[in-house]
Amino acid sequence: MKDLLVRWLITPALLLAYAGAAIAQLEVIITDYVGKRAPVAVVPFGWEGDDATAPFDIDDIISADLSRSGRFAPIDEDGMLQKPTTTLDIDFDDWRILNVEAVVIGKIIQTGANAYSVQFQAFDVFTREQLIGYRMPASLGNMRQVAHRAADMIYEKLTGIPGVFGTKVAYVTAQGDGADRMYTLVVSDADGENQFTIMESRDPIMSPAWSPDSRRLAYVSFEGDVSTIYVQTLRSGNRIKASSRAGINGAPSFSPDGRKLVLTLGGIDGNLDINVLDLATRQFTRLTTNRAIDTEGTWSPDGQSIYFTSDRSGGPQVYRISANGGAAERVTFEGSYNARPRLSPDGSRLALVHLDRGNYRIGVLDLDDKELLIVSNGQQDESPSFAPNSDSLIYATREGRNGVLEMVSADGLYRQRLGSRQGDVREPVWSPFPRY
Amino acid sequence: MKFNRLIALGLFFFVVTGCGGNTMPDPEADTGTMVDDSFDTQTDSFGDDGLGDGEFIDADDFGMDELAMVIYFDFDQSTLRAEYSDLLQRHAATLSNDNRAQIRLEGHADERGSREYNIGLGERRSQAVRSLLLIQGASADQISTVSFGEERPAAFGSDEESYELNRRVEIKYIN
Repeated sequence: MKDLLVRWLITPALLLAYAGAAIAQLEVIITDYVGKRAPVAVVPFGWEGDDATAPFDIDDIISADLSRSGRFAPIDEDGMLQKPTTTLDIDFDDWRILNVEAVVIGKIIQTGANAYSVQFQAFDVFTREQLIGYRMPASLGNMRQVAHRAADMIYEKLTGIPGVFGTKVAYVTAQGDGADRMYTLVVSDADGENQFTIMESRDPIMSPAWSPDSRRLAYVSFEGDVSTIYVQTLRSGNRIKASSRAGINGAPSFSPDGRKLVLTLGGIDGNLDINVLDLATRQFTRLTTNRAIDTEGTWSPDGQSIYFTSDRSGGPQVYRISANGGAAERVTFEGSYNARPRLSPDGSRLALVHLDRGNYRIGVLDLDDKELLIVSNGQQDESPSFAPNSDSLIYATREGRNGVLEMVSADGLYRQRLGSRQGDVREPVWSPFPRY
Repeated sequence: MKFNRLIALGLFFFVVTGCGGNTMPDPEADTGTMVDDSFDTQTDSFGDDGLGDGEFIDADDFGMDELAMVIYFDFDQSTLRAEYSDLLQRHAATLSNDNRAQIRLEGHADERGSREYNIGLGERRSQAVRSLLLIQGASADQISTVSFGEERPAAFGSDEESYELNRRVEIKYIN
């Protein structure tokens, strides 16, 4: 299996451009790609049911997911020499001729009124062995999620990296000017589909943060012209006021166990410091007391330490402090501006906003060898957030006056833009893995 | 309204460089009064370009309707420019002459850099104004601060002209 990955990684770099299909209001446009994409085939799924045709194109979504990953180039259906739907029908020679490395086949079987069974199999064309086979129940309502789950499982088998097609993204939009200005907090699938506005306001909304179980979002709202941190349960829409103290309440981020928030309090004197709020006991613990701006706290995945931005040395730099408090240790040294740290879920890298020769760009700092890699190419890029597989990031950049979202592989080689027709889109945060 | 804007802009373009105050909030200057959470129910929350639309009509106030409500700052600075000392003195006098008067100082930053860090920069500016008003006779319970960072720009361009208009503190009389 490993060699499938290796085979295309060692191939000389190619520059490919791919224009994805328009999807809802966020349009996926792949803007940069350096590297070869492994050719694969996702054969149209078979259908056994009442109607003449299947109610849903599972294979289309799997194919789009694999393509969007930047690592695979699904071949066109018209070029297929055969369209098998069962193991026995596969003629591997037909796929070898096409230089396809993996073949995905499957079937949708109707089992009742709005009840289906979706099965899929992926095969290595070279070894002629099944890589994975799986069957799961489905309904019309969850067909997309079923397809994303299938794509996640196939992707993990092919690359060794868990897929993130079934994940979600939360982001903030701002539309209109003056009295018409509206802010919304939106949750969508990672492919931009299924957008759902969970909160809208005429006052700014900021800094959304997922709970580790993906069930809640913390965010800052300026309703009534004061800053308040809310924690909203997605399913019910209910929210609690987590922090509404005098002065600044900002930059919330959940602890890995979901029980605490690290947040920024300014108090009446406006001295921004890192605090930890225990959500059950409502107890606040102040971690920093420095007179400088201390903000943008985020937990390390092991829960042991908190990284944050501080300008105690003059300009903003990233520091680390024990989650129990104590002395802060400076983490970033390269450049005059490093802010808004976010750890990769595997704990090995730190994404941040870095001032790079006059441009604010997304940097990925390797915490072992301290190498800083600039992975974006805009002028005002901000709010980096790692995918739960640590393999890519989402961040906000500019397109004219408006903010748009981009996703980039953590090595900076593959980039796609989620073009927007929704005004100004900003502050994307990638959800944790879905709970299948 | 228009007139206030002109004054504000006039002050802005009449650039007097120089240092007129402290950049950090003075911890001795406040008495630690809590700001009541119930503020959030009553203010008009938007559509206000920061120049104080009709919020202070009291005819007894000595020429208050001519007082500029916006204070601008240099890049990456929370230092008050000398040109604002007279203006802030008059706001301080308004507050100390009427202890029922209350203001909210709304700090803002330009769009460059990280959003939550910009909240900090906006707050630093609010606090610079607050400190000066406290020194000049306003009392701590008359002043609340909020920072909108880059979230509520006065100008939408991505150019120095817009940035200059966005690095500001707006003074809002809220009763």
